[in-house]
Amino acid sequence: MFSPETQQQVDRLLSRYPIRRNALLPLLHLAQKENQGWLDSKWVNHVAELCEVSPTHVEGVATFYTMFRFRPPGKYHLQVCTCVPCCLVGGPEILEHLEHKLGIHAGHTTKDGLFSIEEMECIGACAYAPAMIVNEDYVEQLTPEKIDQLLDTLATTPQEQETHA
Amino acid sequence: MLEETLVLFRNIRTPGYDGTLDSYRKAGGYQSLPKALAMQPEEVIALVKEAGLRGRGGAGFPTGLKWSFMAKNTGKPSYLVCNADESEPGTCKDRELMLKDPHLFLEGMMIGCYALGCHHGYIYVRGEYFPAIKSLNKAIDDCYREGILGPKLLGGDYELDLTVHTGAGAYICGEESALLDSLEGKRGHPRVKPPFPAVAGFNSCPTSVNNVETLTNVTAILEMGADAYKSLGSPNNAGTHLVSLSGHVNRPGVYEVAMGVGLREIIQELGGGVRGGKQLKGVIPGGSSSPVLRADEIDIAYDFDSVGKAGSMMGSSAIMVFDEDTDVVKLLHRISRFYNHESCGQCTPCREGTHWARQLLRDFLQNNGSERKLNRLQRVGRNMGGTTLCALGDAASMPIVSFLKKFPDDFRQYYATAS
Ligand SMILES: Cc1cc2nc3c(=O)[nH]c(=O)nc-3n(C[C@H](O)[C@H](O)[C@H](O)COP(=O)(O)O)c2cc1C
Ligand code: SF4
Ligand code: FES
Repeated sequence: MFSPETQQQVDRLLSRYPIRRNALLPLLHLAQKENQGWLDSKWVNHVAELCEVSPTHVEGVATFYTMFRFRPPGKYHLQVCTCVPCCLVGGPEILEHLEHKLGIHAGHTTKDGLFSIEEMECIGACAYAPAMIVNEDYVEQLTPEKIDQLLDTLATTPQEQETHA
Repeated sequence: MLEETLVLFRNIRTPGYDGTLDSYRKAGGYQSLPKALAMQPEEVIALVKEAGLRGRGGAGFPTGLKWSFMAKNTGKPSYLVCNADESEPGTCKDRELMLKDPHLFLEGMMIGCYALGCHHGYIYVRGEYFPAIKSLNKAIDDCYREGILGPKLLGGDYELDLTVHTGAGAYICGEESALLDSLEGKRGHPRVKPPFPAVAGFNSCPTSVNNVETLTNVTAILEMGADAYKSLGSPNNAGTHLVSLSGHVNRPGVYEVAMGVGLREIIQELGGGVRGGKQLKGVIPGGSSSPVLRADEIDIAYDFDSVGKAGSMMGSSAIMVFDEDTDVVKLLHRISRFYNHESCGQCTPCREGTHWARQLLRDFLQNNGSERKLNRLQRVGRNMGGTTLCALGDAASMPIVSFLKKFPDDFRQYYATAS
């Protein structure tokens, strides 16, 4: 099910642990990435096979961790921190601004599938707050203007993109 | 004027330094490891003990002592697992090291592995830290290519592998036994102790769990020796530490200071004081779980023992500053929401307590507070402390108890107006 390049990473990962099950979290990450950002039962079963555990075990583990998703996210998944330090310097207002601009609440995806928003607990960028993660990149010291600019750039970026602000 | 003391950040603060293997070597890197390899493993542990290094993950436990607890001759492999889960709100210092000077940290990890007789070390990084994960993987690949890691560590006769393991979004996995369950491929549930990880850790083998900054300090200790290292800090609080300074200050950031410098000086002189010319209201001095201090309580030395004496804790050295306009009820509500979200649900006092605390605080914010609810909140807060399997229960309890004690009038305001 994995592409040949990813399969190489899978094999390498499995070789790094004494027990195949130990590679479960990293393999779920690879599966999720391969499947456009979310997991379905097909992938859960496949990872279970690779780790030599039951699909029920994999499902139980995957649902415990917030990073594994069971619905497709937007092409740009905006993960906005509103935790304590971000909260002190306007994180919740940034989230509101985003929700307003995109017309969706956190936990949802825009109709065109371009953006989804997730409200986060501390993402470890507190000294550069307010902060968010866009797919795999941190965008920090957010202001409403910075958000507007970023959304414009992302909405007009064709296909493979960089999300650095 | 308070200035940084640069040990761990010496390279990072050097203009032009980019954290690659090449620049690390030019800056004198990978010279601590050969020193360690020329010693007996027990001598390395003794040196770390002598230097007085205390864990930077939150509890300040002496690292050399922890290492000396490792079960020996068990016939099983032993492991060093680095805790890079960094999720305590306010804390963002391990990220700096992993992103900007990964080899300084990796060298310390290698020394730790040698001291503990481990041939494989795992670095458990929180999954959201994509940039840090990439940085570490690149640094490790470079080490294999250059023959630093692998069957012949640094060309010698010690075999060592290091692997980056990605977490997936669960604060509780920062607790060391939950971290080990998670590393094994399970849900991250804290374990009943004993047995401690030193006896039965990763896959039931002897394991030491140490924080990123802790291990990075080991590189420095080998370089400068125990006495020079100790002389940097205050008695019983050796060395420097990385302070994550956030909230209402003019210059938030991660700063490296000697243990024991003044807390107020860190905020005033490194942080540039409260922003917008406002007055300081309070400080959360050691990550979101540490008891809050009022503005009049911060003339203390900033180290494990002094912050402890002041009734709080230094924890992960994360200082959150808030000004006179801050609504502390809202602030405590946000803190309580965090612990409620992150409780793993195994213990009733923690699972139920974090839920009730959050609900009660929301009642206040909706102008639905009362003296009874205030007392109830206090009881709920107290009952979570010391009654649970892991320290998350205490972490959730301490902010509630301390905020109610230090800012009682702020809570009363929410019902004085309503009733
Ligand atoms: C709820 C909870 C969360 C924790 N989170 C972290 C963390 O994110 N990073 C960390 O290094 N230690 C964390 N700790 C502390 C670890 O359990 C452990 O004490 C630490 O990793 C030991 O490393 P050290 O001796 O180098 O400090 C946490 C503890 C608890 C109870
Ligand atoms: S104290 Fe809370 S987080 Fe820790 S084991 Fe108990 S329920 Fe889980
Ligand atoms: S609170 Fe937002 S990054 Fe830490």
